[in-house]
Amino acid sequence: MFAYRIDRRSGVATYVQLVQQTKQALRLGLLEPGDKLPTAREVVEATAINPNTVLKAYRELEREGLVEARRGLGTFVRKSLGSTPADSPLHGELSQWAARARAAGLERDDVAALFAAVLEEQFTQEHGPEGDPA
Amino acid sequence: MTDTAIEAAALGKSYGRRGRALDDCSFRLPAGRICAVVGPNGAGKSTLLALAAGLIRPTTGALTVLGGAPADTRPKIAYVAQDKPLYPQLSIADTLRLGAELNPGRWDAELAERVVQEGELDPASRVRTLSGGQRTRVALALALGKRAELLLLDEPMADLDPLARHQLMGTLMAQAAEHGTTVVMSSHIVGELADSCDHLLLVSGGRVRLGGPIDDLVDAHTLVTGRGPVAELAPHTVVESRATGRGTTALIRPEGPVGPGWEAQEPSLEDLLLAHLRSPDAPALLTPGTDPRTAPLAAPLAEGEVTV
Repeated sequence: MFAYRIDRRSGVATYVQLVQQTKQALRLGLLEPGDKLPTAREVVEATAINPNTVLKAYRELEREGLVEARRGLGTFVRKSLGSTPADSPLHGELSQWAARARAAGLERDDVAALFAAVLEEQFTQEHGPEGDPA
Repeated sequence: MTDTAIEAAALGKSYGRRGRALDDCSFRLPAGRICAVVGPNGAGKSTLLALAAGLIRPTTGALTVLGGAPADTRPKIAYVAQDKPLYPQLSIADTLRLGAELNPGRWDAELAERVVQEGELDPASRVRTLSGGQRTRVALALALGKRAELLLLDEPMADLDPLARHQLMGTLMAQAAEHGTTVVMSSHIVGELADSCDHLLLVSGGRVRLGGPIDDLVDAHTLVTGRGPVAELAPHTVVESRATGRGTTALIRPEGPVGPGWEAQEPSLEDLLLAHLRSPDAPALLTPGTDPRTAPLAAPLAEGEVTV
């Protein structure tokens, strides 16, 4: 079953972390349309966060059209995001690139900064925002 | 079930010469909330919980719990005192049996046993041989097994290791999610409760200083930094102001927009609590719906009034 991980020191609101992790799982194909999200009870039992935080995150995902709540059954994925499953060629290439960066002596933060800079270059010019559902 | 878990009206408690533990406390806690009772040592947190549990009587004022007097609603309340009192000579298994016998019709043996098992405790061991944290686990097993509508927990996590704390808090939250249980937990460590609680009562000097949903309380405050004097913040309620370099940093309750020259930020829950604790004279704030002197929000609005 899909599991959330809460980082208490990230400074990111807990419900936002749940939303982001769900979207990340949708992008990576770890969750697909029709899959059931864990119930609020299951999430809070595993993470010790407040039940309302989970409900707030699920409402946000529902508002964005990514999931739907079916009364008495649970919350289900309606659509996926992007198209880069964890075993795609792009994932493999990026993984190799990260390994080379590491071998070249870059620290994790250096790699993250470099990646962020390249993303910025590629996605701010003619390409426009990525995969906007609207 | 009533929609109010606890309502206090001008509640006060004195312990003879030791002075007032609680003084003129009025607040309302809606049912179904996970409420943190936060405040420094000696603030009156334990007194408040013991009053709600019906173990002591108020000196002044009144308190209703789940719509009745605390003594009458006791079957629906579970209370774990700070020192986790248990019978030392009983085994864990006998302690749980005691819970079952004393709570006929509502006891959840499976849950109570699971809480004990997760701590890898031998049901045959006697309570007096257990460590502080292990006794806390047994006390929480009793409280959870009772399937109460209201759980009153005084410093429940204080002597638990991080794993046990996470596990037991998870179990508590799961119970609340499934049964709509109201949970009231005291602590003087904010971080411990911030993720699990959605409601706050800040108690200090025997008074309720802040009360309401945590999100609403945070939204009601702004942290501002600027070069101007504090006097410029006059229209707003200034909770605390401090000199920082050549300027001023202040926690305010804004009344309208903040003037130019002041940079505004959202405070953290910790900012909020510390500022109030450092400024005992700042006015108390109870959000609408948690202040018993204003009617509960739902009632008057339902009477044919249209809200936008």
